[in-house]
Amino acid sequence: MGPLVPDIISGNLNYIVAFIIGILFGAILEQAGFSTSRKLVGLFYGYDFTVLRVFFTAGVTAMVGLMGLSYFRLIDINLVYINPTFVWSAVIGGIIMGLGFVLGGFCPGTSVCAAAIGKIDAMIFIAGSFLGVLIFAEGYPAFESLYKASYLGAPRIFETLNISQNMFAFLMVLVALTAFYFVSLIEKKVNGEKLTFFEINKHNVLVGGLGLVLLTGSLVFTDSKQSYLKLVSDENFVKNYPLDEIDSDELAFRLICQRCEQLQIIDLRSEEEYQKWSFPQSTLFSIDNFFEKEPNLFLKIKKTKKIFVANDELTERKAAIMALKMGYKDIRILKGGLNEFSKEILNFEPIKEPKTPQEKNINRFRAKAKIEVAELIKNNKPQGPVQKVQKRALGGC
Amino acid sequence: METNNNVKESKYMNPYLAGFLLGLLLLLTIYISGRGLGASGAIKSFAIATVNSVASSHISTTKFYKEYSQEHEGTSPLKNWLVFEVMGVLIGAFLSGLASDRLNLVFEKGPNATVRMRWIGAILGGILWGIGSQLGRGCTSGAALSGMAVMSTGGILTMVAIFAGAYAFAYFFRKLWI
Repeated sequence: MGPLVPDIISGNLNYIVAFIIGILFGAILEQAGFSTSRKLVGLFYGYDFTVLRVFFTAGVTAMVGLMGLSYFRLIDINLVYINPTFVWSAVIGGIIMGLGFVLGGFCPGTSVCAAAIGKIDAMIFIAGSFLGVLIFAEGYPAFESLYKASYLGAPRIFETLNISQNMFAFLMVLVALTAFYFVSLIEKKVNGEKLTFFEINKHNVLVGGLGLVLLTGSLVFTDSKQSYLKLVSDENFVKNYPLDEIDSDELAFRLICQRCEQLQIIDLRSEEEYQKWSFPQSTLFSIDNFFEKEPNLFLKIKKTKKIFVANDELTERKAAIMALKMGYKDIRILKGGLNEFSKEILNFEPIKEPKTPQEKNINRFRAKAKIEVAELIKNNKPQGPVQKVQKRALGGC
Repeated sequence: METNNNVKESKYMNPYLAGFLLGLLLLLTIYISGRGLGASGAIKSFAIATVNSVASSHISTTKFYKEYSQEHEGTSPLKNWLVFEVMGVLIGAFLSGLASDRLNLVFEKGPNATVRMRWIGAILGGILWGIGSQLGRGCTSGAALSGMAVMSTGGILTMVAIFAGAYAFAYFFRKLWI
């Protein structure tokens, strides 16, 4: 599961990867024509919309692609850098950059590209941006209040707009495609070419095909967490779903048993309840953890039976169904949940006047288990929430 | 030194194909590193490294640099992911220019602009980008493009502001380009 940094790619290899990515970045920008200021600013005067086409195609491709990676659980979006939102510095900084664009003819990345192939105006621009950073640094006390004003955390746009991720992505692709159509008309008009409203050529087939793929993707790649939660919201489905169960006696036996193979108990209660008391070999787990990179590895440990426990069986069932649907194996639930376990073992009251041998057995076993399990719980130090060492990537400029 | 007033169109890649490839590269970058592409961050690193070497005492007394070194825990500003990436951009663009026969020392400007106008425009534009990208926490790559890919509200806000700002001011500087 991605991101591969820092556990799979780390240290100096990370810098080598950065360098290689940079080479590809530079080559693509240069091939697209981003190494000439006249072409870059063309979109603001209507004679050349290359920048708009490249930029929005790249943006929506990566956006829908990231949704796809997340959908197939190839990436943990919780570890991906989401640019923070500081409303006023974003808006005012953006407008300043916009002014800089029509004045200077470049943006930082494209200026590096253009300078690389010998554009002198780009070299001057880079010197200017260097100065600009120094001005910002020296004038930082003056900029600081604006720089840090109206901080909203790092929300994602669909959360801010309160629509679904799919809806936003779909609209974005649609807006991009519409823009591509109209800018072609504008471009033709400004450059004095003949206006054609509909034309089948290589260009249009390519963009149309890509557009269709992205539109489909934007609808298909649902937020996997939401869709799993939706799946288990149907109580009848959850109740009747065939799951492997383990009953209170068996769990008690396995806890006491020294020679038996290890169990892994996944505790789905709240952290507060978990801290109060918990089983040995148990780990606190939340629904969110299923979709995160490290906790997720923990569910992958092979050949260990994972027992889902919660106060009630329904919660266990929901989590277990989600885990099974995600492809995890060896999952059991505790029959009747911890409520049942407490009644049958922890707070066991012997059956009065046991008649059958079975009842006598139960009395004998549970009386013993009650003491020993209580002892285990007493001696157990809760391990706390499932380990998460990795932090969100730090990013940006 | 020659001046070039014409954009040669024919040899550039189809913009949609270039955009698609750029999108895939951005996606790969996020998959590998957990963050998108960037550019202005490298310029910031170079600027800080320069100040560091010519006036290192200044670093410890100025708030901006202090905050920077706190965030980066004292490592050299040049040992930075974006610095390596931008070094790559330089090489990649050069190789691409070499392959497409576009390596040329030229001073490019609009057909009706004077060299002096273009000089002033380039330097002022650069300065504005330097300030704006610090304020906006990223430029077209780091804030707008990468922000759009991860659907960051802040990134998309910056993107809209960049394009809106450019369109709003375009008319006043048309002499530079058309």
